[in-house]
Amino acid sequence: MSSKKLNLTLKVWRQPGPNAKGEFKTYYAKNISSDASFLEMLDIVNEELEAKGEEPIAYEHDCREGICGTCGMVINGRPHGPLQGITTCQLHMRHFKDGDVIYIEPFRARAFPVIKDLIVDRSAFDKIIQAGGFISVNTGSAPEANSIPVKKENADLAMDAAACIGCGACVAACPNASAMLFVSAKVSHLALLPQGLPEREIRVQRMVAKMDELGFGNCSNIGACEAECPKEIKITNIARLNREFYRAKFLSNVEE
Amino acid sequence: MGWFFKTFNYSVGKKLLMALTGFFLILFLFVHLFGNTFLYLGPDAFNGYVHLLNETNLVYIIRVMEVILALGFAFHIWDGVRLWLQNRKARPIKYYIKATDPKSTWTSRNMIYSALIIFVFLVIHLRNFWYEFKYGSIKQTGATDYDIVVKTFQDPIYMIIYVVSMVFLFLHLHHGFQSAFQTLGLNHKKYTPFIVWAGRIIAIFLSAGFASFPIYFFFFYGGN
Ligand code: HEM
Ligand code: SF4
Ligand code: FES
Repeated sequence: MSSKKLNLTLKVWRQPGPNAKGEFKTYYAKNISSDASFLEMLDIVNEELEAKGEEPIAYEHDCREGICGTCGMVINGRPHGPLQGITTCQLHMRHFKDGDVIYIEPFRARAFPVIKDLIVDRSAFDKIIQAGGFISVNTGSAPEANSIPVKKENADLAMDAAACIGCGACVAACPNASAMLFVSAKVSHLALLPQGLPEREIRVQRMVAKMDELGFGNCSNIGACEAECPKEIKITNIARLNREFYRAKFLSNVEE
Repeated sequence: MGWFFKTFNYSVGKKLLMALTGFFLILFLFVHLFGNTFLYLGPDAFNGYVHLLNETNLVYIIRVMEVILALGFAFHIWDGVRLWLQNRKARPIKYYIKATDPKSTWTSRNMIYSALIIFVFLVIHLRNFWYEFKYGSIKQTGATDYDIVVKTFQDPIYMIIYVVSMVFLFLHLHHGFQSAFQTLGLNHKKYTPFIVWAGRIIAIFLSAGFASFPIYFFFFYGGN
């Protein structure tokens, strides 16, 4: 496939700091190769801004290969852009047309306040993990992997859930800014494996309580999260989270 | 029992209450629709049915059921409004571009709107029949319950209000039925596709069933 050159108009959310007033500013991205990634396109625009002595557009990125989950932004109303199953860093400019106008906004949620421009503070996710998204084991040499048998079906389901990279696109996509897909992925991943069972009841109760406390919305079973998740985490995990929650509340001795 | 009530103040617990009351209301709609079919059997059958429920010993059970039903509605509405307010608060700044993902349904994203129309309908409906059957002045003229129904549906305004409201009931249940299963944690590879379709058929069955009465009385029973 031969590469083409694109000229684009960007409308980018600029906000100098957490409490500053933000606004959309217009930038022109000229002569962008259709082979470039979306982030490379932003880099080119930023180089021009810097050359002119202007403040570059602040956005987060790290691995640029779809595994770290930092590169969150909302492109034309869609978290991680118009394609399904990928992060922003995996989005390429060949999916845009010459002359396109592209709106770029930060993730919007009360629990994810804007730090600067397109960067939001996602430490709320860390707090949910700290509330229960772990297993307590004594460190030491790694145990033999095959000493505890795991049913293939559970191993697969746990692996699928563990694919969550904590990017927050589910929160950004949800009309209610609910974190249920993320939390359900973490709860499922551990509830499906023998290593997660000792803390099974306390974990789900604490993680749900923390999620509520941090100001995320409630789940209305809409499914926008599943549609926008770059790792295609399924809402069957949310059903499992619900079961785990009822089980812990109504059938276990563990009171939280 | 403190833990029990507290459970319903967590996000997942609030949705549990929503799903349980939702299912209860669906169950009620089936019973209600069954009762209404006496209208098709003529004045004697319908008046006899209303008489049976209100003037015999059955009335004690009915009064208790009425209170439970009112509580079911009250909890569903209170919980729904509380969820909606929290969900709005969770995103104080809206997106400038309002794109929707290619998968979620319109009905799921607009439950509160179908709900509000059903609520307004509920008020009108209680005024039309529950109030009229019990305390209405028209009763003094010797009109029967059946006559009240016929008279109401001969009015084109009420006919239209009732039919349009049932469209919104359909929209509410189109998402609501299968959503309640998901809320209860019942999402299963083999059964969920069936539940989704069963929910749509039940939504059509109930809304079309209820809408058939105003349409019947308006067009075939002296409506103008
Ligand atoms: C006959 C009447 C009604 C029936 C049968 C019904 C049934 C249902 C069902 C089954 C659900 C799905 C619950 C879930 O997602 O777990 C639901 C959701 C909902 N209902 Fe109703 N409902 C009725 C009337 C109302 C009314 C009058 C309101 C007024 C406020 C209301 C507000 C809501 C809301 C806001 C939701 C969505 C909750 C959420 O997922 O965030 N409903 N309803
Ligand atoms: S569930 Fe998907 S969208 Fe949500 S944080 Fe995990 S990877 Fe991102
Ligand atoms: S930069 Fe790591 S996922 Fe995009």
